Amino acid sequence: MINMTAIAVASIVTAGFTISIGCIGPALGEGRAVATALTSVAQQPDAAPTITRTLFVGLAMIESTAIYSFVVSMILIFANPFWTSAVHVGGK
Amino acid sequence: MRLSSDQLIYCHHGFFDLNETIVSTWVIMFLLAAGSALITRKLVYEGPVSRWQNVLEIIVTTIQSQIKEVGLKKPEKFIGFIGTLFLFVAIAALLTVVPGYDPPTGSLSTTTALALCVFVAVPLYGIEAGGVSKYLKSFVQPTPIMLPFNIISQLSRTLALAIRLFGNMMSGAMIVAILLTITPFIFPIVMTALGLLIGMVQAYIFAVLAAVYIAAAAETNAA
Repeated sequence: MINMTAIAVASIVTAGFTISIGCIGPALGEGRAVATALTSVAQQPDAAPTITRTLFVGLAMIESTAIYSFVVSMILIFANPFWTSAVHVGGK
Repeated sequence: MRLSSDQLIYCHHGFFDLNETIVSTWVIMFLLAAGSALITRKLVYEGPVSRWQNVLEIIVTTIQSQIKEVGLKKPEKFIGFIGTLFLFVAIAALLTVVPGYDPPTGSLSTTTALALCVFVAVPLYGIEAGGVSKYLKSFVQPTPIMLPFNIISQLSRTLALAIRLFGNMMSGAMIVAILLTITPFIFPIVMTALGLLIGMVQAYIFAVLAAVYIAAAAETNAA
């Protein structure tokens, strides 16, 4: 059953790396976005509603890439097609 | 541990499975439709209004002002679609306070259906605003080399809408489920509150992005 072990090890290790590396970029980007938004609100307080709304829309777009890596790691752990087909073949 | 509420099936009927996603969608539809019908039975046009009519008016005027700020000049044409998107996703997230409820937007089928509605609505509104030839010509702006990129951007925007909403809702539910097995005392409640906040923000984002895509198609093609 070395095939099943290899699939399991590869899936788990890849899932861990996917979610950990995939969250570095969006976190840094969101930090910069919020910092710039705070600076511009401090410079022009009456534009605060527009700036806040644009900030939230921008944060959602940046967050999407982190969500993509999260979905991939969830699929690797919970809905892995290679694992289910390996279990199906190995169980027979 | 199940990944989405699609896997909890209540009953079969031939090839049609009645799963929890469909049942909770029906519950939300019933709540929205019955609640609005009850409140708007006796609309008061001037003078003091009842509390519930006030709530509905606040919701409708806020959505109208947000649509106008995005760039659509006549929000009455679009508020039916965009307002429904916002209200459905927001109520689906808010009902998480009810125990035993799984948001239907935590399943990829519901979010894909909503994103497909936006995908179909954008060309429809664009063609209604300026005509078929003007809408098709917008795909080759500014140069004809951009044609494949414009088409790909239409498809990937829709896909991003679906995955964004699905990922946010599903991750909220899954984190609470995992925390319940590790530290079942206070922390899951804090994460549920965070999930509520994220749900409302994602509802707003979904509606605003749909409005921005429709504005990009309709306002630039307006005659």
